[in-house]
Amino acid sequence: MSTANAQSAAFVRREMLAEQEPPLSERGVIKWMRENLFSGPLNTLLTILGLAAVFVVINLALPWLLHSVWNANSVAECRAIIAERYGEGAHGACWAVIRERWPQFLYGFYPSSLYWRPLVAFLLLFVALAPVLFAHLPRKMLWFSMAYPAVAFWMLWGGSIWVPVMVMAGFAIGWFAYRVLLPVSGAILASIAAVLAPVIWWLFLSGAVAGALQSVLPIAIQSVSSDKFGGFVLSITIGLCGIAFSLPMGIVLALGRRSDMLLVKALSVGFIEFIRGVPLITLLFTASLLLNYFLPPGSNFDIILRVIIMVTLFSAAYIAEVIRGGLAALPRGQYEAADALGLDYWRAQRLVIMPQALKISIPGIVSSFIGLFKDTTLVIFVGLLDPLKGITDAVRASIDWKGVYWEPYIFVGAIFFAICFSMSRYSMYLENKLKRDNR
Amino acid sequence: MSDPHAIDRQIDRSHMQVTDEVAIQITGMNKWFGTFHVLRDINLTVNRGERIVIAGPSGSGKSTLIRCVNRLEEHQQGQIIVDGTELTSDLKNIDKVRSEVGMVFQHFNLFPHLTILENLTLAPIWVRKVPKKEAEETAMYFLGKVKIPEQALKYPGQLSGGQQQRVAIARSLCMKPRIMLFDEPTSALDPEMIKEVLDTMIELAEEGMTMICVTHEMGFAQAVANRVIFMDQGQIVEQNEPYEFFNNPQSERTKLFLSQILGH
Repeated sequence: MSTANAQSAAFVRREMLAEQEPPLSERGVIKWMRENLFSGPLNTLLTILGLAAVFVVINLALPWLLHSVWNANSVAECRAIIAERYGEGAHGACWAVIRERWPQFLYGFYPSSLYWRPLVAFLLLFVALAPVLFAHLPRKMLWFSMAYPAVAFWMLWGGSIWVPVMVMAGFAIGWFAYRVLLPVSGAILASIAAVLAPVIWWLFLSGAVAGALQSVLPIAIQSVSSDKFGGFVLSITIGLCGIAFSLPMGIVLALGRRSDMLLVKALSVGFIEFIRGVPLITLLFTASLLLNYFLPPGSNFDIILRVIIMVTLFSAAYIAEVIRGGLAALPRGQYEAADALGLDYWRAQRLVIMPQALKISIPGIVSSFIGLFKDTTLVIFVGLLDPLKGITDAVRASIDWKGVYWEPYIFVGAIFFAICFSMSRYSMYLENKLKRDNR
Repeated sequence: MSDPHAIDRQIDRSHMQVTDEVAIQITGMNKWFGTFHVLRDINLTVNRGERIVIAGPSGSGKSTLIRCVNRLEEHQQGQIIVDGTELTSDLKNIDKVRSEVGMVFQHFNLFPHLTILENLTLAPIWVRKVPKKEAEETAMYFLGKVKIPEQALKYPGQLSGGQQQRVAIARSLCMKPRIMLFDEPTSALDPEMIKEVLDTMIELAEEGMTMICVTHEMGFAQAVANRVIFMDQGQIVEQNEPYEFFNNPQSERTKLFLSQILGH
């Protein structure tokens, strides 16, 4: 064959072309930058402005961070060290305040010899939460999760072991009452008894029984009163209780709001709208000041418990609305299919409706939880020492650390961020895990 | 008559026997949606073993009628007795009727968060209190009958429309119902999937199931039904056995309807 072939219409390729890299402008970093940073005049301008802003911030913060001092006993000492190392007028972070005062940020004024107790409660928290958060763990672990509130209470507040045990016994009594009455009197009466029996038990009997048991079999650890609580022990206690109680309450309120029963509906709507219409601080003030007027004189109603109740009510109203959104998003056919199969209201809710509605509501619910956790800092207004203002102010008021400004806030902020960011990541994990349709 | 889904298979009629026993008795039933009188003076007796097809233009109340039979809709006047139980506001009676009456919907209404197997075992386990293992065996038996046992562990979203509707039929059957209601079971399906669902329904009819089907599949009506009911404006306009109904309609309204859906 001659090369004349190349001129004619017929064509035969003798050698296959080797694969070539795309041109420089179409690959790797350059392509990415062209597409994402410099795709047009406006984007180029914004990129440059953005870089300038980042540069300014780093320029200000970096020397401050690089000039960090970790070992010092006071602000004055910090400043002296910075001046000595980096010259007069240099700025630097004084992390020594965190190094010296971190127990206070974490534990407030909890007795330092008992720091191990909140720590144990905190570590056990992960054991208790694990089976709740991750469905593939053994279900038997849930028994510990159920007992955990009593364990945590005893670890944090101490005192006789019989107090939390008797409180938990109330739940057992309620369950027992339901079981005994269900075959005799039907579901409605049994449910009422299941609520009433424990309430009567807690109000009138559990204290006496706990006292009697304590005198027979004294098991007690040193008790710590609520005014010693502070810092993240306080925040996490309030936040966690709020989260744990507001979700079921929110579900009940959401169902109540969609109920056909006028009274139930009116109560739910009234509650939700009232709570949402009032700032949380108002509720906290009510809890700390006004409630005393309504309670019988001399009754000592723990301030942390009061705050937890108010935070729970507050958050439950928001969660109810989030869940109502999820319920509204479900097609009517789901309710009809559950009805047509003969499932009664509660079974249909539990097995068909709620799993789907909650799944839709996960982002909203977790947002509410994050909001609730951050709102725990508002307890400063009723005299509890939250980590952000209560403890920070206490630290900054000491003679040694007067004048420290950014460092405690950055430290507290970082811990809040870590916790809230974990919640947000967990919600994304859960959303992905529950994704069912591949349409 | 040209019907795209004419049934060409041989129907085994050996078990299709209409008995004297009354399964559903509806007398003087009226229903309103607000002020709209949607069902007017419905009188209908369904005997055990009957296969009834309800046809009619959209908005004629045919879906509402069968939804009244298991109280997905509430009637305001008259009486509906299903299997000897009268439907009133008494929740016990309603749940009893619902567990005896299976229902298949136009849009399948499978539970998307549960696997096919869980969809099938949910009601038997929680309503009938069947042990889980037994419920699963029953579920697999009925999945076999609708010819998709291999899909048991998938989720509804992974199945085609026809498969989903067959799962929905199997889900109803798992409750061992004595009556089956079909509310336009093939209307939401692509044409090539309609046949597989109709085949499943025919097999069910061949086993002697009491069925009421709201459907536009006239081929199915001719092959399987023992009675066709034509509804318009909330009333039963005409009912007859299929051959007479299609070949010798009496009312003008029926003639018009039949010419519209059959005469292409």
